[in-house]
Amino acid sequence: MSNVVSALQGASFDDGIAKVEEMGLLGMITLRGDFADKKLIKAVKKIAGGMPDQRVIVEKNGQSAAWMSPDELLLIVPHAEAAGVAEGLNASLQGTHFLAVNVSDARAVFDVSGPHARSVMAKLAPVDFAEGAFEAGVIRRSRLAQIPAAFWMTQDGAFRVVCFRSVAKYAFDVLCVAAQKGSEVSAS
Amino acid sequence: MSTRLKQGGRFTNGGAQLSFDFNGKQLKGVEGDTLASALLANDQMLIGRSFKYHRPRGIVASGGEEPNALFNMGYTDDFEPNQRATVTELFDGLKIASQNHWPSLEFDVGAINKYLSRFLPAGFYYKMFIHPRPLWKHVYEPFIRHSAGLGKAPRAEDRDKDTYEHFYHFTDVMVIGGGIAGLQAAKAAALSGVRVLLVEQTAHWGGRAPVDGGEVDGTPITEVIDTLVAELEAMDNVTMRTRLMGAGVYDHGYVLGYERLRDHCPEEAGPRHRLWRIRAGQIITATGAIERPISFAGNDIPGVMLASAVRDYAVNYGVSVGDRTIVVTNNDDAYRTAITMKGLGLDVPCIIDARVGGAGALGDEARALGIRVETGKGIAKVKGGKRVTGVVMCSQVGEGAMVEEFECDAVAMSGGWSPVVHLWSHCGGKLTWDEQQSHFRPDSERPPLGATGEGFVSVAGSANGHMQLAELIGDAHGAGLAAAKAVGGASVKSKFPEGTPTAENPVEPVWLMPQGAGIDLRAKAWLDFQNDVKVSDVQLAAQEGFESVEHAKRYTTLGMATDQGKLSNINGLAILSDALGQPIPQTGTTTFRPPYTPISMGAIGGEARGKVFQPLRKTPLYEWSDTHGSDWEPVGAWRRPFAYLQPGESLHDAVNREVKNTRENLGLLDASTLGKLVVKGPDAGKFLDMLYTNMMSTLKPGKCRYGLMCNENGFLIDDGVVARIDEDTFLCHTTTGGADTIHGHMEEWLQTEWWDWNVYVANVTEQFAQIAVVGPNARKVLEKLGGMDVSKEALGFMEWADGTIGGYDARVYRISFSGELSYEIAVPASQGLAFWEALVEAGAEFGAMPYGTETLHILRAEKGFIMIGDETDGTVIPQDLNLQWALSKKKEDYLGKRAHLRSHMADPTRWKLVGLETLDKSVLPDGAYAVEDGVNANGQRNMFGRVTSTYYSANLERGIAMGLVKNGPDRMGEVIDFPKVDGTIIKAKIVDPVIYDAEGAKQNV
Repeated sequence: MSNVVSALQGASFDDGIAKVEEMGLLGMITLRGDFADKKLIKAVKKIAGGMPDQRVIVEKNGQSAAWMSPDELLLIVPHAEAAGVAEGLNASLQGTHFLAVNVSDARAVFDVSGPHARSVMAKLAPVDFAEGAFEAGVIRRSRLAQIPAAFWMTQDGAFRVVCFRSVAKYAFDVLCVAAQKGSEVSAS
Repeated sequence: MSTRLKQGGRFTNGGAQLSFDFNGKQLKGVEGDTLASALLANDQMLIGRSFKYHRPRGIVASGGEEPNALFNMGYTDDFEPNQRATVTELFDGLKIASQNHWPSLEFDVGAINKYLSRFLPAGFYYKMFIHPRPLWKHVYEPFIRHSAGLGKAPRAEDRDKDTYEHFYHFTDVMVIGGGIAGLQAAKAAALSGVRVLLVEQTAHWGGRAPVDGGEVDGTPITEVIDTLVAELEAMDNVTMRTRLMGAGVYDHGYVLGYERLRDHCPEEAGPRHRLWRIRAGQIITATGAIERPISFAGNDIPGVMLASAVRDYAVNYGVSVGDRTIVVTNNDDAYRTAITMKGLGLDVPCIIDARVGGAGALGDEARALGIRVETGKGIAKVKGGKRVTGVVMCSQVGEGAMVEEFECDAVAMSGGWSPVVHLWSHCGGKLTWDEQQSHFRPDSERPPLGATGEGFVSVAGSANGHMQLAELIGDAHGAGLAAAKAVGGASVKSKFPEGTPTAENPVEPVWLMPQGAGIDLRAKAWLDFQNDVKVSDVQLAAQEGFESVEHAKRYTTLGMATDQGKLSNINGLAILSDALGQPIPQTGTTTFRPPYTPISMGAIGGEARGKVFQPLRKTPLYEWSDTHGSDWEPVGAWRRPFAYLQPGESLHDAVNREVKNTRENLGLLDASTLGKLVVKGPDAGKFLDMLYTNMMSTLKPGKCRYGLMCNENGFLIDDGVVARIDEDTFLCHTTTGGADTIHGHMEEWLQTEWWDWNVYVANVTEQFAQIAVVGPNARKVLEKLGGMDVSKEALGFMEWADGTIGGYDARVYRISFSGELSYEIAVPASQGLAFWEALVEAGAEFGAMPYGTETLHILRAEKGFIMIGDETDGTVIPQDLNLQWALSKKKEDYLGKRAHLRSHMADPTRWKLVGLETLDKSVLPDGAYAVEDGVNANGQRNMFGRVTSTYYSANLERGIAMGLVKNGPDRMGEVIDFPKVDGTIIKAKIVDPVIYDAEGAKQNV
């Protein structure tokens, strides 16, 4: 599959107050539909183990479902399986009004890690990143400086950031600027 | 003379020696100094020239309110004008130059203006330079710009070498000001467990309490401060920052904080400034108070200073402003200065107290130290030029007749204290006039109101008008508890601290000294030091009818300088009130606007500079194009190749080559930026019928149809090809620029108007790399790669199919924007680069070459295809472009249909699309107008058409163009005139816009 490449092919930065890495491709499916619909709930649970509440991301066996809006979820699966999962949803939800579409390649994914990761994120996104306010299980669909972005925390305490593929370079660069040497904030 | 005292100061004691450069002179300071204290330690009383009259000026204050001590700082890449010496912490190697003088600070030609001052009164510029009009722009303004102004602008070629950033912070309670009141309020709030942010603009906690002294609960104030700081530092729920100024308070508890991280240590790595963007549940402004100057003649001569500043320099920095200091006051507090100076062994010849009754306990203390006190007296004038040499004392109630003359080298003045109400007022907090203390203070009954109608800002300490420690410490504690409660903090029992009471006599208002000063004295009594506004100017403004304080401010420029009138506003509006014969509260204040003191442009811009100034959108083929000669064109935030230059080729030659090659062989275009919106649901067809002017619901799965979109006013907003994927699903292509806006447009109609229609939309633009394979050899290269049948029979014109090509998952659309045999192939973005490279390699034998947007434009223009944004500009309707065929007559309604019935839309004389063929084969200038005889009501040449698209066609070897012309389609063959900016005229014949293959035979093979 050498023909399949992520936007920045794994660029990384570790010369500042946090580590910034472009992760490989993730499978992502936009699912729009009625959250009260039993078929939809069942299908989402089968993929991610549960239905997420507002601003919540649930995860099971490496597959996730994230709340995006009152009628939109983001399903996260291995990249190679995304097309199959979308097709599966098309089959299992037939007869209801919904939209399932593979958006895996429209995205770029980054991890921001290290003891100052919260500060680095708080320089770019208008979100409360204080401990206790933002923990694993929370997802925010917000912005990173001048671009739309969604982010949540992984189990190992890193921030996973998702943005559009076309602005991957900007996202990486602006994260590196925010993580520059000597820019610790240390605000609790 | 001003000098460094042996005993040192609170901030400088034990500090290392530092050297700095002032106008090319090497001076010494010590660690802990501000630039101002270091200058004074070097007896540098004269530090600049005033704005208008170029009068010699010295340092007046010790904090952010300083009006005079502004400097050009740095060399080239670190150059910055108007740096305030009183808040600039000294570092080794600092370089400054004084401002607003020529040729030198000591000898300044512009000082002649002071002799002309009677010819330069308030409003002089308005009166003098209004007529004749053209002279303003060409003569007066350039002259004034040369002679007036503060700091220099940085040179155009210099680049700020520092970095800046923003930081978002959320807190329950924010306390602005780290003086004793702020510390106490923060502690009280923090006891409840809520999150507290405490910020202090200077490098030190405690404010001026340690200078002024006093006790809380029997403990000396310096110990109280140390204990409070230690307690707060130990609390997990408290964030404390020094060198962070609360710059502005805005709606919804939004506060801007300006943190100066590296100003005092510029060589260390990291951002220079950080702009804090704070959301606070409750805000407490503990911003202290600022001492007022007194208006007497010569109050701007270097050596005349605020009494509190004289005290600050002595106590904090170990710098005496003068050996012989006259104190002039209308309140008890200034006696502290006299006592402090005397205590340091310096001479205080006299305290001149305008009050007949004099001071309370502090007066007794001063007399006990042997200081002479004269009550009911004032200063008639200060003597001296570049520094103070003496003062003339007079009776305060008289006209300035000399009672006695004193020799002195410093004057410490105090006209009373004004609470810093700026942050309280930024978002609508109201003020009340405190008759007893002669100042405006926050009216706690009328705070700024939040979304719930409750106040979200409160005020503590001297900012609240509590000038005595005994009152302010308890006030601050109460403010902290109340703020914590307002944000839902746990209620806690706590003992209110008590300050030791002091017996002070009340301040008496003195707005002019002496009370009956004549015009010669009033014309030398400065109100606004930075903008050179005198008592006489404000009086003249009132006399000339500028009665509103806002008008008087703008007419005289009082308070309009970079210090925003921190020292001058109250004195100025008192003078104005007096001139108008009305009480001060009736005059009111001008508006307090953020920021509190100027903040750097760098902090506002934050990280957005250099490579992250603006996001650029890049397709999966960007890097390939960049390494294959792409000349980039911005298309919205995208960068698209304008053309691919081969070595040694000009841009023009590259475009011509691409145009011919695509028509004759094979062209490859990166079309990934085109918008792709999936529209799905049982009502999707009905929905698209409303959005597009033509019918989409009848489209069969597997087919494509070109569509037009109008807004509800009937104007064209987008166009593109719609493909029906299945019964419920459509894929709508939009223009590159339209992808996001049309997605938003669809969502808006679905969410607000047709919310009960079952339709979902998703923007999948970036999921795909889309490549146009164009030209007579297009089919050959696809057949060579193989995988699916792309023959005319299997995949006809305006059809699409899914399959694989060369092993890549592909959706192939047989659509053409060029008039050639053309396939647009969408593959997953992650495979885009590999697929493109496969096409380039396989296409080599068929003459494959990439082409850019200019070739795309030329090919479509030869076909007479319109382009949104060229042929349309927000005022063009489909009928203007002869697209009536795309306006469905069968549909009952669609967006724009009703608007098209309006009389102006149906006007037969609207300019309509035609082709334009230049007689001399030249290329028409873009946007050129067709003109005819006569002029319109505005005296402009009559126009009847304009060029919308114009190119050189390598195929036809001449210029081609389209334009909108009045009655154009009825005027075929007519020759019309397009003047160029050089005055010559191009003649062009009106022709059919479709120049190339009118039957469409070439695209349908």
